[in-house]
Amino acid sequence: MRFGVVVFPGSNCDADAYYAIRDVLQQPVEYIWHQDNDLHGVDCVILPGGFSYGDYLRCGAIARFSPVMQAVEEFARQGGLVIGICNGFQILCEAHLLPGALVRNEGLRFVCKHVYLRVENADTPFTNRCRAGEVLRIPIAHGEGRYVCDRETLQELQANNQILFRYCDSSGALTKESNPNGSLANIAGIANERFNVMGMMPHPERACEAILGSEDGLKIFESIVHSALAAAR
Amino acid sequence: MPRVRVLVTLKPTLLDAQGRTVQDALHALGYQNVNQVRIGKVIELDITDEGQPVEAQVKEMCDRLLANPVTELYEIEVLE
Repeated sequence: MRFGVVVFPGSNCDADAYYAIRDVLQQPVEYIWHQDNDLHGVDCVILPGGFSYGDYLRCGAIARFSPVMQAVEEFARQGGLVIGICNGFQILCEAHLLPGALVRNEGLRFVCKHVYLRVENADTPFTNRCRAGEVLRIPIAHGEGRYVCDRETLQELQANNQILFRYCDSSGALTKESNPNGSLANIAGIANERFNVMGMMPHPERACEAILGSEDGLKIFESIVHSALAAAR
Repeated sequence: MPRVRVLVTLKPTLLDAQGRTVQDALHALGYQNVNQVRIGKVIELDITDEGQPVEAQVKEMCDRLLANPVTELYEIEVLE
């Protein structure tokens, strides 16, 4: 399964994602420049973390109009797998590939630490190697990660099981204290209605080896490979 | 050459964490009568007049790029 990591001016987790896929997951991976008009035939696109275009105007607002994003939108429309991490999640929301938006953290501070996530839906291309209710430990690093959307959108997300991850405590309880940024309903990651596009604020690529403090992030990338293998069968 | 000012504000239903912090700071300075602070941004555009109504064009710019309809409201003011 071939992965592509998009590189925007200001991306800073592109190399981490590339390393996690190539060296840990041991799958072929290549970089895709933001000026490219096509996705080199990859099977899964990763929009990495960082500060694309300096976060000017709004996080992800400028990146969303770069040439590569037109190709990503077409790829997503055709059912291709797209995962946006941190700034990638912000870009997917700005591009309307995912509903809602990510705004300034409630506490105003940039928060950089390991958090606990509860897997809310384990029957998706991004979570099938997890158990429903499983608690993952994965780091966050963002200043604008408070997920917001209107009430109708939240009801749809809940009714369709599109919320994949929520911030929780180590036992899996959804508490106010475990919500690092004030996100609506403790939301840390969501998918679109077709479950081929996913965005999450935490960084799974930074949690793929024991030496980094957690290997839980690898389950997300393994899920993607597993779903592609299952689809090919 | 029309000059246009766009005022972008957070929707009133959204918590403005930045505004709240500034409000706390104003209280600390003794301005206890400040009940709420909301922070937005001003975008000024110099536009070449090409004969088409500039306001409609700026509205399109707001909808596509300058504001996020999920979280923000905007007002357009044509200055000259």
